[in-house]
Amino acid sequence: MRIALFVTCLTDTMFPEAAKATVRLLERLGHEVVFPEGQTCCGQMHVNTGYLDDALPLVRRHVRTFDPYDVVVAPSGSCVGSVRHQHAMVARRAGDERLASRAEAVSERTYELSELLTDVLGIEDVGAYYPHRVTYHPTCHSLRMLRVGDRPLRLLRRVRGLTLVELPAAEQCCGFGGTFAVKNADTSTAMLADKMRHVLSTGADVCTAGDVSCLMHIGGGLSRLRTGVRTVHLAEILASTEAP
Amino acid sequence: MTSTFLGMPTTAPRGVGHLRGDQPFPAAARRSLADPQLRRNLRHATTTIRAKSAAVIAEALDWQQLRDAGAAIKADVMTRLPELLEQLEAAVTRAGGTVHWAADAVEANRIVTELVAATGSDRVIKVKSMATQEIGLNEALEAAGVTPVETDLAELIVQLGDDRPSHILVPAIHRNRAEIREIFLRAMPDVDPALTDDPAALAAAARRYLRQTFLHTPVAVSGANFAVAETGTLAVVESEGNGRMCLTLPDTLITVMGIEKVVPTWQDLEVFLQLLPRASTGERMNPYTSMWTGVTPGDGPQAFHLVLLDNGRSAVLADEVGRQALHCIRCSACLNVCPVYERTGGHAYGSVYPGPIGAILSPQLTGIEDNASLPYASTLCGACFDACPVKINIPELLVHLRAAHVTAQAETYRRVHRDAAAAYTMDHPALYAAAQRAARLTRLAAAAVAACPRRCPAGPSAATCRNRPHRPSANGGQNGEPTRTSARPPPRRHRSHSNHTGRAATGLPTGRRPPRPRRAGVPSHRLSGHRAPMLRRRGGEGG
Ligand code: SF4
Repeated sequence: MRIALFVTCLTDTMFPEAAKATVRLLERLGHEVVFPEGQTCCGQMHVNTGYLDDALPLVRRHVRTFDPYDVVVAPSGSCVGSVRHQHAMVARRAGDERLASRAEAVSERTYELSELLTDVLGIEDVGAYYPHRVTYHPTCHSLRMLRVGDRPLRLLRRVRGLTLVELPAAEQCCGFGGTFAVKNADTSTAMLADKMRHVLSTGADVCTAGDVSCLMHIGGGLSRLRTGVRTVHLAEILASTEAP
Repeated sequence: MTSTFLGMPTTAPRGVGHLRGDQPFPAAARRSLADPQLRRNLRHATTTIRAKSAAVIAEALDWQQLRDAGAAIKADVMTRLPELLEQLEAAVTRAGGTVHWAADAVEANRIVTELVAATGSDRVIKVKSMATQEIGLNEALEAAGVTPVETDLAELIVQLGDDRPSHILVPAIHRNRAEIREIFLRAMPDVDPALTDDPAALAAAARRYLRQTFLHTPVAVSGANFAVAETGTLAVVESEGNGRMCLTLPDTLITVMGIEKVVPTWQDLEVFLQLLPRASTGERMNPYTSMWTGVTPGDGPQAFHLVLLDNGRSAVLADEVGRQALHCIRCSACLNVCPVYERTGGHAYGSVYPGPIGAILSPQLTGIEDNASLPYASTLCGACFDACPVKINIPELLVHLRAAHVTAQAETYRRVHRDAAAAYTMDHPALYAAAQRAARLTRLAAAAVAACPRRCPAGPSAATCRNRPHRPSANGGQNGEPTRTSARPPPRRHRSHSNHTGRAATGLPTGRRPPRPRRAGVPSHRLSGHRAPMLRRRGGEGG
């Protein structure tokens, strides 16, 4: 299958390993991954901060860039959530009905990684090997905007060598929330403290999730406390094999 | 009927009531976050209530359909609020009650204060009510020499502690037993000095004090959870029975109710009386549901006054996206699941409406500039949307209000910068001269454009040519148009607002009405009527 990678701005800029792992994984599974040039940001940050007008050109660009592809994947629940739940709204608010329907069409072909693997490619055992104790944070937008449910857990359970430990109060937000972490740094940190407490209580070496944004927040806290617990994107775990 | 445009409805006035905090959310939150006792109480209370509520919701197999029904009834109410309120007024009047219309907090406080003064009583007993807190009624009564006594146990703790409520349903959620004991010892009249912090002993002390007050106070003030337009019936839902004491013992009952609380028919209550207890306290059925219709000779209060409160609600109604906030039934489920609320508590939100509902309601009631930090007090995690029994899309509203704030700010900046630039230029003669030259050049350019021949060659400079038909740019006016935000059409307003007439006192739209989508969208399980017998049983009990 020919799959277009929507890398997302944050992954591309800060955590390219997650994007590279996505490509490695999909190619190992026998698919062709293409990278449409000209993609930038889906505009989620602008929408969520109230700059809906400024998001409009980004929506237009995103739709133009990904319109030609049958299947689009992003290693981020949050950005797929934006494509699915915000793009058409931004277009309609600006009175551009045509853009709205094109955005809806693109969003129907856009998948978060675990959705692509389980729903579109129909695969749960991706042949990965990852000998670590891992806990999974579901991330709010994957959980409540996309309703990915247990798809990531089903994938993780089939990874050889991996011990999956349940995260207490997993469904609670880590406190990132984009600019929330900046505008409400104290509250964000208080939420993070509880998330880290729960992660540490599992005794896991690795905390994983489907969003680099939440992992950046949780990982930042864990590393500053010198906990020795790492954050690793789901794609990186699924891309790992015995033979490096 | 003729229509008169009375202007856009106004927001809640400043200087009265409790809709505005004295600090922005981040600063107020910082204070709360540093209080270990508060953090522990909140964590314990919200975790407990979440689990309890989730368990009884899981039992209700038609929960999602009930939520759809609740949302549909509320959406319907909003499309024809004016007529429902007039129907309610007629029904209450017919049943021997008196209806008063209060445009804002000031007017509502004046009406209630005058009604109390007319009874000659210097004390009123109060049923827990968000509306009377919103308008600061207790302060208004005290200023008029009347002592209000809160009879809900948690509200009493807050009142005696000279404190502010921090949760819609559990106003003293931030206090523990030891603190409550200290408050009682300090402020409760005739309290036993040997009082312990045993919950039963604390409740008994409150009961002794309140019983005396119930028996010797001739006037009660309440809020209302629902009002049925068709019958004129008011409903108050509570857990202690103290509310029922207030609603039945005194001679005079005054109810202050936000205009959004009306429901069309008696049968609509069946939906909300199933949704509310499970979502709010995690109970299958509410312990004390009191309903009354006007005045019944020889039974209960012999004078009943209903004060219909606007206080910014018409302004909320005018915003087609924002008006969802008026669907709220004050169950506080959104507070209990909110990870922000769980850590900051209610005081950080400034207003009497805390948590996610406060973040979308308070800024709309006051106007965004008076509560600008609240829509940002959320990570948009979406837990509130999932929990809300009437499916208010709180994250969507938060983003909508953030956009409203950004737009308002852009207006301010533009004005300030233009004025500042003008002042600066005029204060610098060289710049001033340059500006004058520039202005003259612009006029010359304009004259040149006016003289431009009809067959103007299309090209970059042709954009300024008046002979070229202006095409609105497809990218929101980026082609050098200086005011991008103003290029957007103004937000669409609720239609009936251009047709104001009648209710000048409330600013309510009562002119030509929007078409009625009566029952459209109400899920069929509700219409099928298979619940009707249950309802009749329950209605009989509640009476
Ligand atoms: S917004 Fe919804 S969840 Fe929150 S108090 Fe109102 S009805 Fe309850």
